[in-house]
Amino acid sequence: MPVLIFLDQSDNTIKKTTPEVITYGAKLAAQLGITAEGILLGTVSSDIAALGKYGVTKIHHVNDEKLNHPDGQVYTQIIAQAVDAIGAKVIVFSNNLHGKAIAPRLAAKLKAGLVSGAVALPDMSNGFVVKKTVFSGKAFANISVNTGIKIISVNPNAFQAEASGGAAEVVPFNATINAAKTKVVSVNKIKGEIPLSEAERVVSAGRGLKGPENWKMIEELASVLHAATACSRAVADAGWRPHHEHVGQTGLAIAPNLYMAIAISGAIQHLAGVNRSKVIVVINKDPEAPFFKAADYGIVGDAFEVVPKLIEAAKAL
Amino acid sequence: MKILVCISKTPDTTAKIAFTDNNTKFAEAGVQWIINPYDEWYALVRAIELKEKDPSVVIHLITVGTADVEPIIRKALALGGDEAFRVNASSHDSFFISSQIAEIAKQGNYDLIFTGKETIDYNSSSVGGMVAELLDLPYISLATKFELNGATATVTREIEGGEEVVEASLPLVVSCQKGMAEQRIPNMKGIMGARTKPLKVSDPVNAEAPTSIISFETPPPKAGVKLIPADNPAELIRLLREEAKVI
Repeated sequence: MPVLIFLDQSDNTIKKTTPEVITYGAKLAAQLGITAEGILLGTVSSDIAALGKYGVTKIHHVNDEKLNHPDGQVYTQIIAQAVDAIGAKVIVFSNNLHGKAIAPRLAAKLKAGLVSGAVALPDMSNGFVVKKTVFSGKAFANISVNTGIKIISVNPNAFQAEASGGAAEVVPFNATINAAKTKVVSVNKIKGEIPLSEAERVVSAGRGLKGPENWKMIEELASVLHAATACSRAVADAGWRPHHEHVGQTGLAIAPNLYMAIAISGAIQHLAGVNRSKVIVVINKDPEAPFFKAADYGIVGDAFEVVPKLIEAAKAL
Repeated sequence: MKILVCISKTPDTTAKIAFTDNNTKFAEAGVQWIINPYDEWYALVRAIELKEKDPSVVIHLITVGTADVEPIIRKALALGGDEAFRVNASSHDSFFISSQIAEIAKQGNYDLIFTGKETIDYNSSSVGGMVAELLDLPYISLATKFELNGATATVTREIEGGEEVVEASLPLVVSCQKGMAEQRIPNMKGIMGARTKPLKVSDPVNAEAPTSIISFETPPPKAGVKLIPADNPAELIRLLREEAKVI
């Protein structure tokens, strides 16, 4: 009756959130006194067994390139077969885009209670209670899962990956693979950029920058800090920056280690998308900007003067 | 062509988030309620756009909630829904809610079911996938564009670091986010018309609720901002490296 961890991949590469969820699943298994096993669908070019160092002892691998592109329905059917075959009790996903497409389907199929957006290990002192973010990061809810099989999807970057153990045993899993009812026609990945949802550091700017032509310094600062770039809603709506950079309540919700907000006032809707960031830096010329209340570090100053100096200082590191 | 749009009632985006009854209930006093923005701006408005292009399209709305959600349903009808269903139950469990939606959907033989990408209160992003599974339909999550060509849908959806275009035959479940459509305001004709549009109330079907909310917590307040003089940004870089250890 192991914990089963969904090992997420895309483009033949294990995703960055996978070591985080393995660590979570392994600790959960230790709490329950059972083993942590993984399920991996599709072909992967890296050493799968090496994922054992995060605490997974056995990996069930459906090594079929038909599965390289996740189809929620097909994946759900296969994972359900694996849950059944190995008698998994708890299934762990990352609450990333794949997790959001698959975990709810699997929960409905298995009639399993699902907590999506978990930020901590379950409290088992009285039942099985998992803390998750609610109200767009403005609060947490403690959710009791009352079913025999339980599914948890863990928020990206909420749980630190920890390497300690050795290699995992990789075993093939023979699944019945149905034909997908969806077909991917084209994929358009923005090359050379760090995907915002996976970025550990994010440099973001708002309307205070006055126009799209002033983003050069933001991109340069992001580049020297190895950060992704983001923007406020007003900036995306004005067409200064692409929509996929919009963070906030109606855009992308992110939780990087560092969120640097430049010339963004910090409306409550913007904060809802970034308030789970570990460290928030605010640079704004208005000392009354509400964002300073949510910040860890701040500079009251003009972005056009401060940012070039920041670039210089960061380059000197 | 029939579209079912799933509507949820949420607190306004600027609502104060607080809890009562020993942190077991959301403090509703003084809260303004709205249609969940993803349900309204993207799911419902995209359905309305499809109807504008093809007047034979019929839009039904569904919500699971007690009578106090009716102003929200009327607003959605004013925007452009033809008919609404309310399943008279109060639940925060996605599976229970999805079971109710799936039951109504089965009776209505819909070609398309639209949901918002998540609600802004419980953020579970689960109902679309669960409804799809209960109906054994394909589900395309986090769509930013939706085009229809006969019985084939071409959907653009967000992936990590970009987007992809997916094709699927109807019937289909799609969760909608920014990019699908632009926000609208109901006009007077819509508001007047909404009063007489059918709103059917039914009792919930028997379904389990595999989860329950035990309590809420609010995050601990920030310790306060450490201000660095504007003429010394190098100090900020030093603190981020040596104190916060994030660069």
